[in-house]
Amino acid sequence: MDYISPSMQRTLFDKIWDEHIVVNGNQIEKDSNGLGQTLIYIDRHLVHEVTSPQAFESLHQRGRKVRRPDSTIATVDHNVPTNDRSLPMVDQTSKIQIETLTRNCREFGITIFDIDSPYQGIVHVIGPELGFTLPGTTIVCGDSHTSTHGAFGAFAFGIGTTEVEHVLATQCLWMSKPKSFLVNIEGTRRNPHAITSKDIILSIIQKIGIDGGTGTVLEYKGKLISELSMEQRMTICNMSIEAGARAGLIAPDETTFEYLRGRKYAPKGEYYEELVESWRNNLKSDPNSVFHKIETLNADQLAPQVSWGTNPSMVSDVTGNVPHPDEFAKGNENERKLAIRALQYMDLQPGTPITDIKIDRVFIGSCTNSRLEDLIEASLVVKGRKVSAQVRAMIVPGSQQVKIQAEKLGLNKIFKEAGFEWRESGCSMCLGMNPDILAPGERCASTSNRNFEGRQGTGGRTHLVSPIMAAAAAIQGHFVDVREWV
Amino acid sequence: MDSFKTIKSKITPLDIINVDTDQIIPKQFLKLVQKTGYGNFLFYDWRFDQKNKLRNDFILNDPKYAERSILLTRENFGCGSSREHAVWALFDYGFRVIIAPSFADIFFNNCFKTGMLPIVLESAEIDYFFSLDSDIYVEVNLMEQTLSTDKKIINFKIDPMKRRMLLEGTDEIDYTLQLEDRITNYEKRYHR
Repeated sequence: MDYISPSMQRTLFDKIWDEHIVVNGNQIEKDSNGLGQTLIYIDRHLVHEVTSPQAFESLHQRGRKVRRPDSTIATVDHNVPTNDRSLPMVDQTSKIQIETLTRNCREFGITIFDIDSPYQGIVHVIGPELGFTLPGTTIVCGDSHTSTHGAFGAFAFGIGTTEVEHVLATQCLWMSKPKSFLVNIEGTRRNPHAITSKDIILSIIQKIGIDGGTGTVLEYKGKLISELSMEQRMTICNMSIEAGARAGLIAPDETTFEYLRGRKYAPKGEYYEELVESWRNNLKSDPNSVFHKIETLNADQLAPQVSWGTNPSMVSDVTGNVPHPDEFAKGNENERKLAIRALQYMDLQPGTPITDIKIDRVFIGSCTNSRLEDLIEASLVVKGRKVSAQVRAMIVPGSQQVKIQAEKLGLNKIFKEAGFEWRESGCSMCLGMNPDILAPGERCASTSNRNFEGRQGTGGRTHLVSPIMAAAAAIQGHFVDVREWV
Repeated sequence: MDSFKTIKSKITPLDIINVDTDQIIPKQFLKLVQKTGYGNFLFYDWRFDQKNKLRNDFILNDPKYAERSILLTRENFGCGSSREHAVWALFDYGFRVIIAPSFADIFFNNCFKTGMLPIVLESAEIDYFFSLDSDIYVEVNLMEQTLSTDKKIINFKIDPMKRRMLLEGTDEIDYTLQLEDRITNYEKRYHR
């Protein structure tokens, strides 16, 4: 609509959207559903080496400029090796991509946190860490897990390479407005060390399905959400895309404001306090705002979750069994076929207890679970224990800053003494674009976000879990109910 | 971008739900710095076994389905990673139209940037196309918003701006750059 009535009850998402309309689509052309495309202003743009080279190349060829280099930051994360950074890079094609980004950033005047920078890391770890992510803003990146930044009450979403160029050139994007989807989290977790925000989001995805959020922005609400730290909230918003959502959102509160205060790019002093006041008053859904969909999850009975299949909705309680395809499909023939295929790929038999599944590898890392708290939680079950002789386990901190802070706390010693590899920061084995990959048939307990076929390496088998569950599995060589450990 | 012309082709049916972009183009092929040449890597792990030999259990490897421009598939096509390489690979391979009951949001948006037409139909209509003999031709007319066989005409909906841009082969960035004044005004008004 062209005019927003002040008395109209709006969701948090409605408010952010309205603030960013540059050209209202209906002024240009209407579609049959009455929803035109709207030109939306983008406040913040994160750039990495894999989805940007074609965008810069096209800018270059057509003589286009970067409109707001001051609203754009870049880093290298997807391809970078996580072993000793003083060694030369073996993979020459990755090396070219990394060098191309550095060259492009230099040409277009964009700040880059290069492979040697103390601020290098996964885009979705460094954005918040640097205070580049702010409440009420619009944030994009050529990466689907941009939804992470929604934890700060920002409308943050992944885009393709042509849209990366569009934002570089115009600082705007054409969009049809997504709908709002409210996810209420009720109840309390019995054991917050063992039942993490990863278990919450995996349960939500299981409940609404991997396309349950398509075309919507998920807003997570409830007492439990407000009690979570920023890092825990990021894990939830991060995986909103695994439910198909355009973005995830959590209304900012005192936890958010405290987290951002004093960070490198966050506004400072009195101006920051003024912003906080405005965020506090405005950035929340009105009491009677209308959501297109509502779902509720009760956390009272929540158990640690383990994925058994090849998409993030195929999860089970750690105390459960690998389901039969009929049980998973609930009468849907296409879902049944998918489950059969998944079990075949995962080499699992229906009825197998989850705790009987033996693993070969453990990966603790990724934009979902590689922050300081994730590593601290994992260390709780590692201290004084040893990684199973059958398992190769690695820790990949999300950023150099996470790594430095973890080392100050002595976490590197705890992990190394137990037999974990302590690596440099990057996306690493979440998607296996660097040398960290699974061999065909290898089975991995992973704190990442996608268990798709071949995701961590062709023929590799991924089980998604929380950091503490992954750490406990590394020790035992199979999944265990970590509630018995902490 | 070339303008979208009416297409008449047989259909390649890919009867799987939730096809993710990691399958459409596996990560090892994302290291190129250009937009072309991805067709050979389309569905790489489904087309080739671990010794790089063609697998005979995947539909794209059946010679009968070579050279077809219409991909017919199931719910939530293109989910997962935002990699536009997935669209580039499908386009480079020869597909111009993808018909499904639903698409993942980022993939759906990415399609239009390369001139690929994603068409959303009701499940019953999708089932109708899956039930067709594999040698039936389907005509896709974007101007009229129709899919036709010799027996049936099915209408489809599409956002008018996206439709116009496809038909005209408009470069979206050039189009937006013409709105420079509006963007500058916005920046002033909102202190961006």
